[in-house]
Amino acid sequence: MYAYDEIDRTLINERVSEFRDQVKRRLSGELTEDEFKSLRLMNGVYLQLHAYMFRVAIPYGTLSSEQMRRLAHVARRYDRGYGHFTTRQNIQFNWIKLAELPDALADLAEVGIHAMQTSGNCTRNITADQWAGVAPGEIEDPRIWAELLRQYSTLHPEFSFLPRKFKFAITASQHDRAAIKVHDIGLRLHRNAAGETGFEVLVGGGLGRTPFIGKTIKSFVPGRDLLSYVEAILRVYNQYGRRDNIYKARIKILVHELGIEKFASEVEHEWLQMRDSALTLDDDVVEDIRSRFTYPAYEKLPHMPEELKQAAHDPHFEAWRTNSVAPHKVPGYAIVTLSLKPVGGPPGDATADQMDAIADLADKYSFGEIRVGHEQNLALPHVARRDLPALWRALDKIGVATPNINLVTDIIACPGLDYCALANARSIPIAQELTRRFANHDTANLIGRLHVNISGCINACGHHHVGHIGILGVEKNGEEFYQITIGGRADENAEVGTLIGPAVAYGEVADVVEDIVEAYLALRARPDELFIDAVKRLGVEPFRERVYATR
Amino acid sequence: MTSPLQQKIKITGPSMVTANRTWDGVVIYRTASKGWSTDLSEAAIVRTADDARALLAESVADDVGAVGAYIAPVQIRDGGAIKPGNLREKIRSQGVTIELPVPA
Repeated sequence: MYAYDEIDRTLINERVSEFRDQVKRRLSGELTEDEFKSLRLMNGVYLQLHAYMFRVAIPYGTLSSEQMRRLAHVARRYDRGYGHFTTRQNIQFNWIKLAELPDALADLAEVGIHAMQTSGNCTRNITADQWAGVAPGEIEDPRIWAELLRQYSTLHPEFSFLPRKFKFAITASQHDRAAIKVHDIGLRLHRNAAGETGFEVLVGGGLGRTPFIGKTIKSFVPGRDLLSYVEAILRVYNQYGRRDNIYKARIKILVHELGIEKFASEVEHEWLQMRDSALTLDDDVVEDIRSRFTYPAYEKLPHMPEELKQAAHDPHFEAWRTNSVAPHKVPGYAIVTLSLKPVGGPPGDATADQMDAIADLADKYSFGEIRVGHEQNLALPHVARRDLPALWRALDKIGVATPNINLVTDIIACPGLDYCALANARSIPIAQELTRRFANHDTANLIGRLHVNISGCINACGHHHVGHIGILGVEKNGEEFYQITIGGRADENAEVGTLIGPAVAYGEVADVVEDIVEAYLALRARPDELFIDAVKRLGVEPFRERVYATR
Repeated sequence: MTSPLQQKIKITGPSMVTANRTWDGVVIYRTASKGWSTDLSEAAIVRTADDARALLAESVADDVGAVGAYIAPVQIRDGGAIKPGNLREKIRSQGVTIELPVPA
């Protein structure tokens, strides 16, 4: 966990007072909606179909149990008893009243949580690998650098009015769980040939209306130069990014239009002028941030304790352990993913009661720490393997032990037309129907790793472009239709999926997904050839034929 | 952003003006008595672009009470019942189409 200092606490508290005054002036009519809109957006407050929506940042996906309890409190006191974890490691409350928002913000501020820069044309919440700091083989904890970027970018005067929003993601593992290639800037911490630690910097990735996979702009930037280099990128973007057309305003369009070589040379030119400036990170600055991250006092524990051996006889436990428990960098410990994708449930939602229970379990079994992943699941990052059976029983009781992580029912979905003012079609009922169709765990296991991502509009909050199967809701003559893509992926080999054919009606989507899955099972070269690999080998055509032959 | 009043207004059937209530965001409908109601059946119905523009203008003028006013289609059933004219308005009027994680 990172411990905020006095500056952070003061900043957050001052922000609450400022917003309280702004809300008061809005409700009295002193501020018009036109004047107020940008102010509320800067505090994560959107207007959705039925109500205001409040988006709270969870920097680099790390929460303490105390913070989780406070989120539960906000859900219960100011909302309708639940929250929605998003694909950018935020949580959203869907029914909050504007008049009560300052109180909700104040309650969150007491535990160091805020909603700054969860909206608007600024640097958004810095996201990271949800297994940061505990994944085996990691170069180092990337959250140290994420926190540096958070401090650097928070209320940065030069970058508070960018042409469009700007998203960073960071990982320090070879396997990318943070989807860095579909962010405006993706950072991969690695070692160069000389054994020095630094960053591969990717730029211009993004989804939405015009999806692009990020391109490497520099293969190695030493840590000391990280801030100056990203500032050079932001400056070039701020100067040349298009402000005349919202659909062409993201950095990905600029990188595409200039070409990566030209863009890189502009950045290099800018960087050379400021490389050795106040932005250069001295070791002691980085060490200071590093020292504010606290890590558990791990015990020396056996890899295969007696409790685990005994529980292995229970097939339900084994199904869960095999699916949801991952290796930890410390022997005797494990990373446990909590599925927020129960059969028939809205993906990513957690009730206040679940949040409280998870906070208690984090205290009991994970040194009080919880992680949020962009796949809309949670994780307990420091669980002793001997505690896995007891933890599983407790998680099962509160409905977050569905053993479906990375399987067909572990669906990423945006709120869609049930909540969102931008959506053209519903996402959640499609996800719910798919989880019912594939509810049988043996079937889902037989299918293997398969990511289904659903967005209710082209803005792609459900990351449909990079789903192994992507589903995009569109509107045709007042009816909901869905375009289906296959072959997308968000990891280190990120690709944008390919459209398989004409959009299908709402009632046909689950049938189409079943057809695609059946085609895959029939065509895969061997049982362990993953869906995504089979699509790569076979191309789209066999799946297209299967889906449209009878339609 | 273009003001709703500057946007081209084109209606193809009976329409109403809807918005969200400023203090709590609840869905509201402009009534014939120049007020707001949370009940669609009390919405003022317009059938021409000029009437729609006028209704929208008076709605937008209430910047303190309502936010994001716009014109939306409705269906008038036999007997005069007013129903939402599309799925979006149906969801705004009747609520989400899914069971909420915590029953209301």
